[in-house]
Order: sequence, then structure tokens, then C-alpha cells
Amino acid sequence: MLQIRALSKSFGGVRATDNVTLDFAHSSLTAVIGPNGAGKSTFFNLITGALKPDAGQILLDGVDIAGHSPPDIVRHGIGRAFQVASVFPSMTVQETLFAAVGAHQRRAGVLRRRFPLVETRDRAEHVMDLLGLAGKRKRIAATLSHGDQKLLDIALALVLDPKVLLLDEPTAGMGPEERWRMIAKVRELWEMQKITVVFIEHDMDIVFKVAPTIVVLCYGRILATGTPDTIRNNAAVIEAYLGSEQRAGAEA
Amino acid sequence: MTELQAGRTSESLGVPHTGAQSLRSRYRDLLIALIAFIVLALLPLLTSSKALPDFVIRCSAFGLFATSLNLLVGYTGMISFGHGMFFGLGAYCFGLIMQKTGASIPVAFLATMAITAIVAVIIGAICVRLKEIYFAFVTLAFQMLIHSTILSWVSLTGGDQGLRGGIPRPAFLGIDLSNQIHLYITSLALLVIGLLVMRQIAQSPFGYTLRMIRDNAGRASFIGINVWRVKLTIFVLAALFAAVGGVIMSLFVSGAYPEFAYWTISGEGIFINMLGGITTFLGPMVGTVLLLILNDTVTRMTEYYGIVLGVVILFFAIGLRKGLMDFVVEWYAQRRRSGEGF
Repeated sequence: MLQIRALSKSFGGVRATDNVTLDFAHSSLTAVIGPNGAGKSTFFNLITGALKPDAGQILLDGVDIAGHSPPDIVRHGIGRAFQVASVFPSMTVQETLFAAVGAHQRRAGVLRRRFPLVETRDRAEHVMDLLGLAGKRKRIAATLSHGDQKLLDIALALVLDPKVLLLDEPTAGMGPEERWRMIAKVRELWEMQKITVVFIEHDMDIVFKVAPTIVVLCYGRILATGTPDTIRNNAAVIEAYLGSEQRAGAEA
Repeated sequence: MTELQAGRTSESLGVPHTGAQSLRSRYRDLLIALIAFIVLALLPLLTSSKALPDFVIRCSAFGLFATSLNLLVGYTGMISFGHGMFFGLGAYCFGLIMQKTGASIPVAFLATMAITAIVAVIIGAICVRLKEIYFAFVTLAFQMLIHSTILSWVSLTGGDQGLRGGIPRPAFLGIDLSNQIHLYITSLALLVIGLLVMRQIAQSPFGYTLRMIRDNAGRASFIGINVWRVKLTIFVLAALFAAVGGVIMSLFVSGAYPEFAYWTISGEGIFINMLGGITTFLGPMVGTVLLLILNDTVTRMTEYYGIVLGVVILFFAIGLRKGLMDFVVEWYAQRRRSGEGF
């Protein structure tokens, strides 16, 4: 499925991603964790083409997409949602999704017909239903709640029918209850859509309960990968991440 | 589920009937355009004054120019300070071809469009990658480049004297543009067709791609849109409509002058958009009418034209904080909402 081979990226002298090699299995659900500045977002930005890697390969079904432009990588089947919900503020929910489906169907440049196109409707409706946005279809994106904007952001990635879905902190900025609802939604999507989902998450409770596979990043390097149990008992992880956090918690 | 049931359930959810609805909106636009054309075409029968048809011809030239600028500013968020260069280019290309080659008017018109497209592709390819203020200033720089080329290439353009001696206007298909009424109807037809085509662009899937880029270009690229290509396309399309405005202007004054390509034309375009508003399609058209009325009345009354215009723009920019049409639309929406409350 998605294979990362010796991926590296530096900013000045800082190695934000340092020789990362990883395999994401078909239809897997993986959480990426790590302390602040561990290079999680950089890792996503490299995969999606927002940043160009210095070295290494990103293989999607055997095709190297490293260094390609974002639209090109999207066309290969990698969709992403952002840490800060990235939507189109002046457009309604349904306009956003009709337009996104149109873009996916390569009809973003159609001049002779009127928006919205009939053939974009089914897919847009389907995704609105999946994410529970159907009741808010006429709402302008800027007026949606924070959580709904995050859902719309994910919907934008989902309409593209991706093979791989990258979610950069889907629960960022949410209250505890909303977090669990969001993560349940993510898990439900993963189970129903049978796509490969990779998400970044800070909340350890959520990660250990939800993700079958966990990747721990630290200073741009992979510290450990494995099931929640192996991660929980990994000495390096406890030292680098959980340990320091627990200590910080104790001090506070 | 039968089709009828599917329709009914979707209606209760407020799902648009995409097919029927878009067809209806298209016919509605066509109907409005047709009525506007007929009413305006009958105008010369009601009055013997020449001033009114002249006014409408100028509105056609500047209306096409300003509306095309709004495709960039309002729909795509590309604030061009140099859009006037295509207005000037259209006027000069058309005038020169008519004077030098003796081609028929439709041929000269099409050649003007082709030349404008080529120039717009070259300038656009350099400019559209730039962000906001850099885009604004580099387009302005190209405007100045074209203006100074016109000034200094005296053997071709007549320099600061402009294209003199009149533009020949041979009749074609029974249309004689040296006849005032024929010119009037032709300008009006170009305006209405131009607006209809731009309206179609604005309401097409491509038009919504423009809105996405305006709102959030980064996100647009992550749903697979090639932002650069879309921006270049609309830059060239807008240039073509601006050039049509220039052609009308050169026919109207039977010449072309360096002022047509000066940066102040771009400034007037921006000003018109601020006056009329950029959130509605017809805002720039309303702004055009407002500006030309202001222009004609104020210059007749006082020589301090600039001061009056300055006060008006301050009123719109600081007082209303939006254009006239934006204001009207919001006021209407508010009234309807409070009406529902009772």
C-alpha cells in the first residue's frame, strides 16, 4: 500500500524527518504520536507534497510520488485533512462538496454547463450523509462550529475517494466529549470505507484505545512502531515521551 | 424507489434539483438579457438626443471592462492593477488593423482577440504565480510597459497623439458602424452577449473553482485543482472581455489614445468595482453607470472633479464599507428575514 523509504527533510540544520522507513498496510488504521516538534506534521506535508523531501521514496502501490505536486498526489489517491480546519469560508457545505466532487471528476474547468453538475450529486450526498453534514448543507462554511468545520475538512478529503486518508489531528481544539465523538467518527469511516487511515493524535487515551497500530516519532526519527501494548511497554517510548510527560504532570 | 419518490424525498431535505434548477437559472439569465437588450435598443426611438445613446455606448465599453475585472477581483481574489492594459491593447490592435490592413471589421475583431489572448498568456504566465500585492504591482508594471511602448513607438502608434485620421468602418453584413444607430445597437449587443458569457463563466463549475481559489487556494490544490492553470485561464478570459471593451471604445471615438492604456483606466476599473460592489455579478455594471453619471455631471459643474470623486469613494469605502449592489442585496435580505419574523 503506502511505503515510505528512507525519507529525509531538513530545515537549516534541523532534521525534521530523518531517514524514516515505514509501511502502512492496506486498510490499516495507524496513529502517529510524538512530542511537540517530533516532525509529525512535516511527515504528513512530505507525503502530501506540501513539502519536497530531500531524499527518500514515497511509494503508493509501488509508484514513487515523492516530490510531486499536491494536486498530482491527490490524483494518485492520497487525501488529507488539516490540523486547523481548512475549508472554503464563503461557500455552503453542499457547494463545497459539489465543487470538490467536480474537481475529483476532472470537471473543475467545465465552462459550458451550470454549477452544480448532476453527476456530482450522488457522491456529495453520500459523503454528507457519512459525516452527518446533510442537515447543515445550506450553512456557509464560516458559520459552522469548529467541529463541523473539521468534519467538512475531512469530507473534502473523502469525496476524492482516496486510497489513503491522512488526518492531521482530527480532534485538535475540541473538548473531551467532542474528541471522542470525532474519533468514533474516524474509526467508523475507516471500518466502512476500507481505506488506509493515518492520523496524528495527542491524546494518549484516544490513541491507545482506538488505533490498532501506533507509530512514535521523536526528533524526526521513528522511535517505535507496533500495537498499543508493545508501545506502552517500550522503554524508549516511556523515556522519551510518556515518561517526560508524566514527570511534567507530576511537577504541575 | 421510483424516480418520483426519489425526487420527493430529496425535496423534503432541501436537495437542489441540480439539472432542472441550472436549466432554469440559465433561461432566467437569457430572459433578463433579452429584455434589457430590447428596452435599451428601443431607447433611441424615445429620445432624439444623441447624448443618451452615447452614454450607453460608453457604458458598454466600461461595463465589459469592469465586469471582466470583477471576474479576477471578486470571483478569484486576484487584484489586478493592470487590467486596463488589455482595454488599451484591444483599442489599439483593432484600430491599427483597420487602418493598416483594410480588413473587414469581424476579421479585425477576431484578430484583436487572438493577439490579446497571446499577450495575456505571456503576461499572465509571469504574473499569476505571484501572491496578492506582488501580483497587483507586477500587473501594474506591465500596464506601464505597454503604455510607454505605445508612447515611444511613434511610427506605429502615433505616440502621444494616438491613432489619428479616424478608423475606417466599412459596412459588413448590412451593419454600418459609421451610422450612429448601428454602432449603438452593435455595442449594446456586444455588451449583452459579453455579460451573458461572463455570467455563464461565473455560474459554471469553473466559476466555483474560482471561488474555491479565492477562499483558500491551498486547500483547492489539495483536492486536485491546478491553481496556477485556473488562474491563468481566468486571467486570459478576463483580458479578452476587457479588449472587447477597448474595441467598442475605439469604434466610438474612431481612434485610440495612450490614455486608454494608462494605469488610470485600471484605477477606474477598481473604482467602479468598489462603487458597484464585487459580491454580485451586476455590481460592476451598476458601478459603471454610477461612475459615468458622476463623471458627466461633476465635470460639467466643477473643475475639481478629483476631489468630488475622492469624497464619493471615501463614502463607499469608509461609510458603507461595500459597494452599492452589495448594500442593496444585504438590505433586501435583511428585510425579507424580518418580514418572515412577523
